[in-house]
Amino acid sequence: MENSLDPAPPLLDVRGISKSFGAVRALQEVDFTLRAGEIHALLGENGAGKSTLIKAVTGVFPRDAGIVRIGGEEVTPRSAKAALQAGIATVYQEVNLLPNLSVAQNLFLDRQPMRFGVVREGEMRRRATAQLAGFGLDIDVAAPLGSYSVAVQHVTAIARAVDLSARVLILDEPTASLDRHEVEILFKIMRQLAKRGIGIVFVSHFLDQVYEISDRITVLRNGRLVGERETASLPRLELIRMMLGRELAETTSARAATREHQAREVCASFENYGKAGYVAPFNLELRHGEVVGLAGLLGSGRTETARLVFGAERADGGQVKVEGAPVRLQSPRDGVRHGFGYCPEERKTDGIVAELTVRENIVLALQAKRGLYLPLSRREQDEIARRYVRMLDIRPPDPERPVGLLSGGNQQKVLLARWLATSPRLLVLDEPTRGIDVGAHAEIIRLIRELCDDGLALLVISSELDEIVTYSDRVIVLRDRAHVEELAGEAIDVGNILAAIAADSVTVALEAHT
Amino acid sequence: MKGLPPVLITAIVLVAGFALCAVQFPNIASTRVVGNLLTDNAFLGIVATGMTFVIISGGIDLSVGSVIGFTTVFVALAIERWGVPPLVAFVAILALSAAFGAAMGAVIHVFDLPPFIVTLAGMFLARGASFLLSTESVPITAPVYSAVSDFALRLPGGGRLTAIAIIMLVIVIGGALLLNLTRFGANVYALGGSRVAANLMGVAVGRMTVRIYMLSSLLAGIAGIVFSFYTSAGYSLSAVGVELDSIAAVVIGGTLLTGGQGSVIGTFLGVLIQGLIQTYINFDGTLSSWWTKIATGVLLFAFIALQQGLVALARRPVAKRAGAVS
Repeated sequence: MENSLDPAPPLLDVRGISKSFGAVRALQEVDFTLRAGEIHALLGENGAGKSTLIKAVTGVFPRDAGIVRIGGEEVTPRSAKAALQAGIATVYQEVNLLPNLSVAQNLFLDRQPMRFGVVREGEMRRRATAQLAGFGLDIDVAAPLGSYSVAVQHVTAIARAVDLSARVLILDEPTASLDRHEVEILFKIMRQLAKRGIGIVFVSHFLDQVYEISDRITVLRNGRLVGERETASLPRLELIRMMLGRELAETTSARAATREHQAREVCASFENYGKAGYVAPFNLELRHGEVVGLAGLLGSGRTETARLVFGAERADGGQVKVEGAPVRLQSPRDGVRHGFGYCPEERKTDGIVAELTVRENIVLALQAKRGLYLPLSRREQDEIARRYVRMLDIRPPDPERPVGLLSGGNQQKVLLARWLATSPRLLVLDEPTRGIDVGAHAEIIRLIRELCDDGLALLVISSELDEIVTYSDRVIVLRDRAHVEELAGEAIDVGNILAAIAADSVTVALEAHT
Repeated sequence: MKGLPPVLITAIVLVAGFALCAVQFPNIASTRVVGNLLTDNAFLGIVATGMTFVIISGGIDLSVGSVIGFTTVFVALAIERWGVPPLVAFVAILALSAAFGAAMGAVIHVFDLPPFIVTLAGMFLARGASFLLSTESVPITAPVYSAVSDFALRLPGGGRLTAIAIIMLVIVIGGALLLNLTRFGANVYALGGSRVAANLMGVAVGRMTVRIYMLSSLLAGIAGIVFSFYTSAGYSLSAVGVELDSIAAVVIGGTLLTGGQGSVIGTFLGVLIQGLIQTYINFDGTLSSWWTKIATGVLLFAFIALQQGLVALARRPVAKRAGAVS
C-alpha cells in the first residue's frame, strides 16, 4: 500500500550494457529506458551502436555486461524466440516472414485455430482479416504475402508481433523502403499501438520522421550514450550536433585559401538525374580540376548519389552529358568506359581483394577496361604498380605484398591507384578517410588536392565536415534523399553545412525557390 | 496466362495427352486401361507423395528407391525364410524405414548438411543392405499375397481397381489433406519458404525436418510392400532409379524444386502423365520402352522452363499488389 505512490517501473530498462567484438568496443555502458505507451527514437550515425544495442537486448548475441529489465523484472533472452516470449518483438527492415505462405498463415503460423487436428482455414482468415482491419488494412488474407508491397508485409509482421503479446516493439529502419503514403499508414499504426500501452523503439535516420512520430530521442555515438531528450524540446541543430559530435564553436576550421575561380570546363553534368525512392532528381555539374563535396547525415542520399553518378545504380529519369555530349550510363561498365572511377565506402567488402597482391589489385580495373582478350603483360603490370606505389607513397613499397596485410590508409591508396591507372576524368570517393589513422588521413587529403590540380574532377563524400570544408570547391548538402543546398566559395564552412542539414523542410523549400 | 497455377497446366497436359492417345488408340479410353495404369504406378504414386513433402520443404530424398528395394527383399525373406507372419513383417519394415528416414532427417538438421548428400549416403546404405540380405530374387508365395492380388473392385466397363491402386489413392488423398489442412502441412511450406524466417516465427525446424524425412521413408516402405504385392517377389535390384522418377513426377506436377510451393495432387497428375506415356508405348508396340524416359525428359525440361518463367513473372515489381488501405 505504501508503495502505491512509487512511479511504475519503466517498461524496458537497460542499464550499463557493454559489448565488445575482439578489441573493438561496440557498446560501452549504454543506458536506455522505454516507457509504456511511448515512441522512442534511437539515433546515431553508422557504427554508433544502434544495431548492437538492439541485438544485445534481444539476445541475438550475448552481452558482456549490463542488465535488461522488462516491467521491473530482469530478463536475459538467449534467442529472438526467447525475447519474444519475454515480450520484446523486433521487426527488421528485411521482413522476416514467409512470402510463399498466405497472409493469414503468416499471422498464425504454428498457432492456427484447430479443430479435430485440422486447421480451421475459414476461422483463421476471419481472424486475420479482423486483425489487419484493426490496422486499417483491407486485403485478401488468402493471397500469398509475397504478392503484397513491403508496407503490407511490414504491417503483417507488426500485427503478428503485437498479437504474440509483445509489450516492447522494436522497429529497425521500418520506413527505409516505404513511400510517403505508406509511411503515414505505418505511423498511424504506431500511434494506435502506443495508445494501447505498447512501447515502441523507432530506429531511423530520417530526422523529419523522427520529429513527426517520436516522444523521446536517445542518441548514441561511437558505442556510447550521448543523451536522452524529449523530442519537443530538442532543436534539430542540437540533435545533429549530438549525432555528429561537433561543437559549433570549433566550426571555423582553417580552410585552404580559395583558389581563383577560373572558368573550368565541365567534365560531366547530370540533369534532373534521379531514381524514385532512391534519390530525388538532382542537377549536378562536375568540372575538371574541382572537388565537389557531398555532405549530409547517414542515409541522406550521399552514397546513393555516388552510385548513380558512377552508373552502379540505374537512374529512372534525367540526362547525363560527358564533355558536353549526351551518353548512356546504365551500368558500372558504362561508367568505366566514360572514364569514371568509384572507390566505395566499404573498402573491405566492395573494394580491395585482400588475398591478391598490391600489383594485382592496382591493375584490376585497367584490365577490366581493356577486356579479357588484351591481357596486360607482366612487365606492364610491374611498371604500373611501381609507378603508383611511388607516386602515392604506398608502404611498404612492395607490389607483391597481399593487400590484406596493408594498413587501412595504404589499402585506400591502392584502391585509388587502381582507378588512377585507368586515367579517369572523374573520380568518386565515398568516405576515403574512414577507418584510417590520422597521419594517413592528412596524406589522403593532400592527394585529393593534388589530383584535382592535375585536372581530375572529384566527387567526395565524407562525414568529417572539417575535412570536406578543407578540400571542397563546392559542397552539396543532402537531406532525406534530396540535394537541398549548394555552398560555394566563402560560404563553405562547417556552421553553414550543419545549418543546411538541420534546416527544416519549409525553410529549405523557400530557399530553393528564391 | 500469368494467373494459371502450374497444377492446372499439368492437368491440361494430362487431359490433352490422354485425348491424343485416345484418338490414335480408342481402346485407351477404357476403365480397364485406366485401372491398369493406376495399378502399374501405385508404388510410384505412393513414394512421390512423400517426395512432394520433402521437396516443398526445400529438401530432396534420393534414398527412396533403395528403401523400396530393401523393403521387398526384407519382406520376402521374412515371410518365406524366417517364417514371420506377413503382418508382423510389414509392421517391422515400416518401423525400420521410418526410423531410417528419421535418422537421415536428424543428421541433416544436427550437422547442417545438404539433404542431397545425406540421402545419397542413405541410398547407398539401403541398397547395399538389401544386397547383404540376398542377391537373388526371392519369390513370395504366402496366401495373403494371392488374396491381395485377386482382390479388386469391378469398374463399369470391365476395369479393375486393384487393392494396391486403392492403397495408392488413399495415400494420395491422405497426403493432400495432411499437406493442405494441418499445421504440419503449413510448416512444411514454411520450411521451404525460408528456414531462418520459419525458425524466427517459432516453427520447430529440427523436429519438422526429422518428421518430413521420416514420412518420406515411411511412404517408401509402404511403396516397397506394394511393389512386393505387384511383383510377388523381393529383389535387391528392384526400383533402381525410382527416386528420379518420383522427383520428375513431383516437378512435372508443378512443385518448385527450390521448395515453398507445390501440391500432392499435382504430383499425382505427374505420375499419371508418366504412366500414360508408358501405356501409349505399350499400345504402339513398335517403340522402345525407353521412349518413356525421353518423353519424361522433354516434359521435365518444359516444366522447369515454365516454372522459371512463372517465378520471373512473380518477381516483377509490377505484379505486386498495392494492398488496399481504408
